[in-house]
Amino acid sequence: RIHRHHIVGTAFIMAASAKDARDLVTAMRSAYAKTPTRLKIIDMYVIYGLVTAVIQVVYMAMVGTFPFNAFLSGVLSCVGTSVLGVCLRMQVNPANKEFTDLPPERAFADFVLCNLVLHLVIMNFLG
Amino acid sequence: MASTGKETANGQSAKAMGPGTTPITAPSAAKAASWESYYSSVKNFKLKTKQQELLIRIAVLVLIYILAFACRLFSVLRYESVIHEFDPYFNYRTTLYLTQKGFYEFWNWFDYESWYPLGRIVGGTLYPGLMVTAAILYWVLRFLSLAVHIKDVCVLTAPFFASNTAMVAYFFGTELRDRGTGLVAAILLAICPGYISRSVAGSYDNEAVAIFALLLTFYLFVKAVNTGSLAWSLGAAFGYFYMVSAWGGYIFIINLLPIYVLVLLVTGRYSLRLYIAYSSVYIIGMLLAMQIRFVGYQHVQSGEHMAAMGVFFLMQVFYLVEYVKKQLGDPKLFKAFLRVTVTLAVGVGALALIVGLATGYISPWTGRFYSLLDPTYAKIHIPIIASVSEHQPTAWSSFMFDFHILSILFPAGLYFCFKNLTDGTIFIIIYGLTSLYFAGVMVRLILVATPAVCLISAIAISATLKNLSVLLREKAPVYTSTKITAKQKASAKTGADQPLPFQKEGAFLLLLGALYMLINFGFHCTWVTSEAYSSPSIVLAARQSNGERVIFDDFREAYFWLQHNTPPDAKVMSWWDYGYQITAMGNRTVIVDNNTWNNTHIATVGRAMASNEDDAYDIMRQLDVDYVLVVFGGVTGYSSDDINKYGNWNLVILLEPCCVTPIV
Repeated sequence: RIHRHHIVGTAFIMAASAKDARDLVTAMRSAYAKTPTRLKIIDMYVIYGLVTAVIQVVYMAMVGTFPFNAFLSGVLSCVGTSVLGVCLRMQVNPANKEFTDLPPERAFADFVLCNLVLHLVIMNFLG
Repeated sequence: MASTGKETANGQSAKAMGPGTTPITAPSAAKAASWESYYSSVKNFKLKTKQQELLIRIAVLVLIYILAFACRLFSVLRYESVIHEFDPYFNYRTTLYLTQKGFYEFWNWFDYESWYPLGRIVGGTLYPGLMVTAAILYWVLRFLSLAVHIKDVCVLTAPFFASNTAMVAYFFGTELRDRGTGLVAAILLAICPGYISRSVAGSYDNEAVAIFALLLTFYLFVKAVNTGSLAWSLGAAFGYFYMVSAWGGYIFIINLLPIYVLVLLVTGRYSLRLYIAYSSVYIIGMLLAMQIRFVGYQHVQSGEHMAAMGVFFLMQVFYLVEYVKKQLGDPKLFKAFLRVTVTLAVGVGALALIVGLATGYISPWTGRFYSLLDPTYAKIHIPIIASVSEHQPTAWSSFMFDFHILSILFPAGLYFCFKNLTDGTIFIIIYGLTSLYFAGVMVRLILVATPAVCLISAIAISATLKNLSVLLREKAPVYTSTKITAKQKASAKTGADQPLPFQKEGAFLLLLGALYMLINFGFHCTWVTSEAYSSPSIVLAARQSNGERVIFDDFREAYFWLQHNTPPDAKVMSWWDYGYQITAMGNRTVIVDNNTWNNTHIATVGRAMASNEDDAYDIMRQLDVDYVLVVFGGVTGYSSDDINKYGNWNLVILLEPCCVTPIV
């Protein structure tokens, strides 16, 4: 009897959470569809950077870590550009109250400058 | 009286005039008129208040700059422009090498003159910031055709950077509160003995530029958090890079920033600006730091740096969750998502950390920094760290000696910081409290606490002076019946205090008291600098019974004797304290020096010093030693000679189980 209660209970919870998950996904999809195209482009860029980083980590797991500095510079350049992309998105998003008086050109110029420094250091670190 | 050849205001030459004729009075009258109008315009020249304030501020800052430099020059004036202590001689030698051979040779230098027969990879085991800074100053001065010697540049690097640090303190104080605080912070930091102790002229050590880099990094980071700009974050990353290149104490920065971020996240004061500041500083700063060979891959492999990485990942998860929360309108859906994400993230993070620690990939905290968390650790496990006099726990008298009234003003400043909390004041509170804890563990770290103590005390002083001056400048209130009831109502509502009797006189007295305290502080700092922190350890002075001053230059005489009277390939054995000085001034190969990277080698030397002559001779033949240098202080009463050290530390270091070497 206890077994049956237990199984029914977990099944109920799983069904509930599955329904929750589906609701969540649909809600996120509909909310995301409303974001401006500019931000969607930046999001694509960020996701591309992260996927490239994951691919590099998987490759490292297969062939080993030598030379370590090359691995680090590759992964950190992907993570770095993604992080800078997220920062740019935050500064350019018109829905953020904090950055309403920051012109998007200035935000983009900062983004480009930081990326320049990042990639110069990466090139020095690649070895 | 116009004379021949003199031109008048009209441009007419007096030669054309005859003497004593009326046309002479006309040009002189015109000249007098012009002089009068000029004089009256000068008399009526009045700056606007804003311009007056700017002029006063700039004048004060210029004076602070000069004062910070000048009060560190005692030993140069008393003795000569010489490099002090022991470690600075290694820094001087490497700077000399850098200026003579160039950066490539310096970066790849293998030094065969120290740690015979092992040698030392200098390029990969030093923090190049100080040497590169001094070399750049030297090259700039040479480019401007000022023929300076590199030794003088090295001696005066520390006071120069102390002045710059005072300027950074001004900007930091302005950022934290207002310009008055900035000015007070600048003057406090310029003369505070805690900072002077490691930045006098001649103290050519890493801390000379490291404290400047530390304060600059903190200022730029607080500015980045306050503005949310990527440009300031980039500046902070470069400041961090300069700090990493200058001193091993950068560990403090890379652990303080995550603590600060965590506190802000926990207290709910987070914002998008925090994300931008911390993430970009972490990534770019970490990449820049890994360019220093001595630091290497520690940012991803060492346990001491894992807090920063952990907080970085935590931040990504946190802000992603915030973003989802904003996108979704429905709190119920969000709760479910939150549960899943948080458990997943925490689980993955903990798993990664445990795996890393268990496999040994992430190295645990090294002894040098672990002894800060557990002060008894070094005495039991690493006696060579415990033996350094600077690493002893701090007595309360050191706090009074180094901080004077600032130790009382620090809690007052904390009160003012808590009264109006901003992102900046939270940062300075955390910096102050953590650095004071570490200053209590180790005397040497009073230096790291000094900027925080100066800034917080500056907040206290500035706020107090401001309140008192406002009271002094208040006009006496004119009481009418309507005004009294309105005032009573207002004070009943807000609980504001009524004007006390004799308020102005009280404020005036308190201001006088504050003036007295600050004047005493100035006297104390100058006295401490002159008496305690300006001795160049390499030159000793004493007073004879008839009052005459006698100078002991024995160290340098001994080293120059070595240089002149021994063959160039002679090897000198001494206790490791003198290694750097022997290589720098005696220019001979040494067995062990202050780098203390090989405890076994040091223990071998200690064993040779502690054995009887026959055994010692065997050990020394094994090490290829030609000369032995021993410091003996019996004749002059010099108390920290080798016999004193032999009694305390040589044997302890020798008897560590790992360091007993078999003599064949």
